[in-house]
Amino acid sequence: MISQGTREQKILLMGLRRGGKSSIRQVIFHGMQPIETLYLESTTKPTSEKLSSLANFVIEEIPGQVDVTNPEFESSKVFKGASTVIYVIDSQDEYLLSLQNVVQVISQGYKIDRNIHFEILIHKVDGLSEDFRLDTKRDIIQRINDDLVDIGAYDADVTFHMTSIFDQSIVEALSRIIQKLVPELSSLTQLLDMFCMRTGVEKAFVFEASSKIYLATDSSPVDAEIYQVCSDFIDVSADLGGLYGTSANTGNSDGREFSTSRFNNGSVICLTRLIKGCLLVCLCTSETDNKITLVEFNADVFREGMEKIYA
Amino acid sequence: MVAPSRKKLLLIGRSGSGKSSMRSIIFSNYTAFDTHRLGATIDVEHSQLRFLGNVTLNLWDCGGQNSFIENYLTTQRDHIFNLVEVLIYVFDIGSQEVPKDMETFKRCLDNLQEFSPNAKVFVLLHKMDLVRVDRREQVFNATMMTLHAHANEFKFQLTGFATSIWDESLYKAWSAIVCSLMSNISALQSELETFAKVSSVQEVVLFEKTTFLLVAHATSDDMDSSSQADPKRFEKISNIIKSYRQSVSKLRTQLHSISLLSNNCVAVLEPLTSNTIIMTVLPKHSADTNMVISNIKASKTRFEELESKSNDLP
Ligand SMILES: Nc1nc2c(ncn2[C@@H]2O[C@H](COP(=O)(O)OP(=O)(O)OP(=O)(O)O)[C@@H](O)[C@H]2O)c(=O)[nH]1
Ligand SMILES: Nc1nc2c(ncn2[C@@H]2O[C@H](COP(=O)(O)OP(=O)(O)O)[C@@H](O)[C@H]2O)c(=O)[nH]1
Ligand SMILES: [Mg+2]
Ligand SMILES: [Mg+2]
Repeated sequence: MISQGTREQKILLMGLRRGGKSSIRQVIFHGMQPIETLYLESTTKPTSEKLSSLANFVIEEIPGQVDVTNPEFESSKVFKGASTVIYVIDSQDEYLLSLQNVVQVISQGYKIDRNIHFEILIHKVDGLSEDFRLDTKRDIIQRINDDLVDIGAYDADVTFHMTSIFDQSIVEALSRIIQKLVPELSSLTQLLDMFCMRTGVEKAFVFEASSKIYLATDSSPVDAEIYQVCSDFIDVSADLGGLYGTSANTGNSDGREFSTSRFNNGSVICLTRLIKGCLLVCLCTSETDNKITLVEFNADVFREGMEKIYA
Repeated sequence: MVAPSRKKLLLIGRSGSGKSSMRSIIFSNYTAFDTHRLGATIDVEHSQLRFLGNVTLNLWDCGGQNSFIENYLTTQRDHIFNLVEVLIYVFDIGSQEVPKDMETFKRCLDNLQEFSPNAKVFVLLHKMDLVRVDRREQVFNATMMTLHAHANEFKFQLTGFATSIWDESLYKAWSAIVCSLMSNISALQSELETFAKVSSVQEVVLFEKTTFLLVAHATSDDMDSSSQADPKRFEKISNIIKSYRQSVSKLRTQLHSISLLSNNCVAVLEPLTSNTIIMTVLPKHSADTNMVISNIKASKTRFEELESKSNDLP
């Protein structure tokens, strides 16, 4: 097995102008309020974000005015070494141009490296009605797949996501996208399954603390509501703590932390700090005083397991 | 049982200034985003809200379109301005018709002086988010100067706040407004001080349960002197917990309590009486929160008594 610990994984963020690339970057990595993105200016130079946690990721926005069909576009330089291409399609706009463009992007990237994951975001779906949303999704997937067959790239690795910066869908999608790139994902999932089973916990997530992208979860299905509340509790505990102290709650402070939030139906969310800027957040539906102690104890065991994986 | 006392609050200001928005956020769990759905208020919308058990806030949200305002100031003036405890006048900081706003404000004060001369007057300079951050203080001070000049001929003291639905400032203003109507705040306050001493905690903060408005707080001297704590923390806590409560409701349950143990802060947030939530902040590096939780349980009855004390001012 190759150690990927030090290599940076390159993720390209592409799509036509005003599709929402910068908005996504700002909302996820800089805590910008979705509504503030209205005032974002057009991006003219490639701009990148770093996410250093279980692996080192670089997310690079390629400005929309870059024309991939222009002979001066150095496709080999751009796509070389990229693990993933995220392509943003504005679903509220006339999207035919975007579809043409995304097929060109896939065809060029695919030529350079067949293993690139192409992740298509059908974005800004907050503006579409429920019915229209499904129709749009079907239409976009159909057209792109047809075109890929036409150009002989039918086995490119393409995944579609419906997203909006106005709800959790964008973080969910990015979580799924980035998880594919976590080399130790299967060991982590196993470790989480064991944690859930031994502790009697319903659901557990490993979050990257600052972006709130989840890098791993146990193998039970993800419930959007549970995910959302767990993610919001990270904010609550960081924000409340921030009112009383200065040591910024950034990815690097791996100090001791254990917070809980109880609900009237007897369930509890527990949050504890792991290593490498990660948090373990889990939901127990039946709570007893012993349960919390058990969670705290087993979370330590989990942390040790993680330390071994990343030793 | 003491009958709850009723307090009439008038909410006035030009149409679109944000009156119904703030009312919906504070008293009906709207998010700032939800307020885009609100339509213009027709005539007066009344809402009755219990606060700390024995006070009923009778909120009159007066639709601000010109024709309505004209009626309030003429044919309906005794109906509107009679028996008012608090006037909350909302100014849209981005208004294009400042002279007219000032004129209407003066006419309202005139009627208030006639029908409810003992009322308290709060002015909210609202939609501050639309003003550049570095200019807000200056805009606030300048506008307050103008307002004071206009209110000069009346005997009311104006209390002013800069507010926006997009940050926590709304909670600060409304906490001050509502607490000005409660007669038992100082008793609750000194009880909190005792609690803080006995439990040797850094800070105790009491919130009303449904609105999450600040009721009172007690802060230990050593925390007061370390300037680490955010001066806007109380309204920020209201804002943080209220939106978290909304989020929790998606799990079809309600928030009961929170306990935090981190390098920055050790704190617990627990229900105290049926109308209040208490937050206690312990010294950093405290390892155990059980002790303070039992102190909270032990002081429940005492706080219940204080809360239910008659609210009618002599
Ligand atoms: N930017 C900004 N917009 C706000 C703020 N408060 C309210 N608004 C918006 O202003 C619009 C009008 O708000 P309302 O609360 O309906 O105004 P109103 O004062 O009740 O108006 P009438 O009922 O006609 O008197 C809504 O779209 C709100 O979202 C604020 O603090 N900042
Ligand atoms: N309704 C809606 N608008 C969005 C969403 N994401 C971005 N936008 C808006 O789309 C516009 C263009 O965004 P920008 O990020 O600059 O696009 P870029 O050129 O791809 O970087 C901005 O006005 C954003 O507010 C979304 O999920 N929903
Ligand atoms: Mg951009
Ligand atoms: Mg209204």
